[in-house]
Amino acid sequence: MITLTDVHKSFGNNHVLRGVTLHVPKGQSMVIIGGSGTGKSVTIKSVLGLVEPDKGQIEVDGRDVHQGDRDAFLARFGMLFQGGALFDSLPVWQNVAFRLLRGALKRPRPEAREIAIEKLRRVGLKPETADLFPAELSGGMQKRVGLARAIAAEPEIIFFDEPTTGLDPIMSGVINELIREIVTEMGATTMTITHDMTSVRTIADRVAMLHDGVIQWEGPIGEMDAADDPYLQQFIHGRAEGPIEAVR
Amino acid sequence: MSAVLSPLAALGRTVLAILAYVGRIALFAIEAVSHLLRPPFYWREFGNALIQIGWLSLPVVGMTALFTGGALALQIYDGGARFQAEFAVPSIVAIGMVRELGPVLGGLMVAARVASSIAAEIGTMKVTEQIDALVTLSTHPMKYLTVPRMVAATLAVPVLVGVGDSIGIFGGYLVGVNRLDFNAAAYLKNTVDFLELWDVVSGLIKGAVFGFIVAICGCFFGMNSGRGAQGVGRATKAAVVAASVMILAANYMLTEVFFAA
Repeated sequence: MITLTDVHKSFGNNHVLRGVTLHVPKGQSMVIIGGSGTGKSVTIKSVLGLVEPDKGQIEVDGRDVHQGDRDAFLARFGMLFQGGALFDSLPVWQNVAFRLLRGALKRPRPEAREIAIEKLRRVGLKPETADLFPAELSGGMQKRVGLARAIAAEPEIIFFDEPTTGLDPIMSGVINELIREIVTEMGATTMTITHDMTSVRTIADRVAMLHDGVIQWEGPIGEMDAADDPYLQQFIHGRAEGPIEAVR
Repeated sequence: MSAVLSPLAALGRTVLAILAYVGRIALFAIEAVSHLLRPPFYWREFGNALIQIGWLSLPVVGMTALFTGGALALQIYDGGARFQAEFAVPSIVAIGMVRELGPVLGGLMVAARVASSIAAEIGTMKVTEQIDALVTLSTHPMKYLTVPRMVAATLAVPVLVGVGDSIGIFGGYLVGVNRLDFNAAAYLKNTVDFLELWDVVSGLIKGAVFGFIVAICGCFFGMNSGRGAQGVGRATKAAVVAASVMILAANYMLTEVFFAA
């Protein structure tokens, strides 16, 4: 469904992506792992068109992502941002129903609010949360609201950028379970970026490891532990010794 | 030789950098106007911007105008006394306020209050990925963030200038009548008799241009904010400085045009 072919991206002298090639099959949950600064976020932002690659091709369902109707293309996506990226000036329900209040998917306000409250309930938040502002929520609640916003318009493709960063282990577990449940029930194709190996094991159907701007290893989650790639093994076991340089 | 040339080279680089910035701001403004001509238009955001930029700037613009009008009356009285022209206080206060001080001081106060607030808000949205989130939600940041603020500022600042002009003239009246012993009715008659429609209209046109500049500078520097708190701080400062300088430059250019007309 999503295919990246030889994607390159540099920021000045910093060559972040040096030929990323990756295929995410329809309905699969692909988790991208890798050290900080290896280009995981740049990879998914390239798919969304938030970052323009210098070279290479990115296709969704065989169509170049940079061609065609941009609004229609983006309407197929939902994204959970690392920090939530909730709009401070809007109450929670308007954040969740943002897409349903304007544009092609616009619904009447009462209906959009109903859907927002339903999605909030789906991620374990009470209806009273709907009228709060993002600044009044804890980090975990903000992630849940971000998740509710990502699924509000029932997109075919959902991206999760570091869904558990900054959360305690229990809340991380809750978010991981929620993502897995939602992805399964919606049948969506997903790409998740994470450092958290618990997230990887909960969310992933397939895993890709990004290192030095290329996909170092890619395969089903079931084969990850037995893989003989030394980079992958060092990363998933969190070893300081190995081919990946650890700065002390 | 290099000791002579290096300061010149540094000056040249600075001038080129400033010109490049002016060019980028101009292109940004053209893009914003082009988005205004294409749907959708976000009325709710426009309404919010109108309140933030117009209504909530009223106290600061009003206070500035009131004290400026009062001080202007005192200065003109004192200066006019040197050639027995104290009687000109009402007309010069009125003309000075509506043609020059009302628009310029109003524009500068709005630049300080609004350009900083817009740049800080949009800059924070940028560093917290809210702008990226807008894009993923099929909403163009230029249409959603810039266009409503640009239109609101362009419409609201002339109104602020009009109100500021009236308050400034009233400030001059208060000082003229209570401090300088002018007859109240004569003061008002002198104000009205010497004021022409074009004096007021030219000031309001200036207000519209200054409002446009304030919104464009706030949005441009916010959208191009650097990372972190320092980046947002720099964007905020740059927005206020750029808006203030551009208002003063535009004021001179508009005055030249009106003067020639």
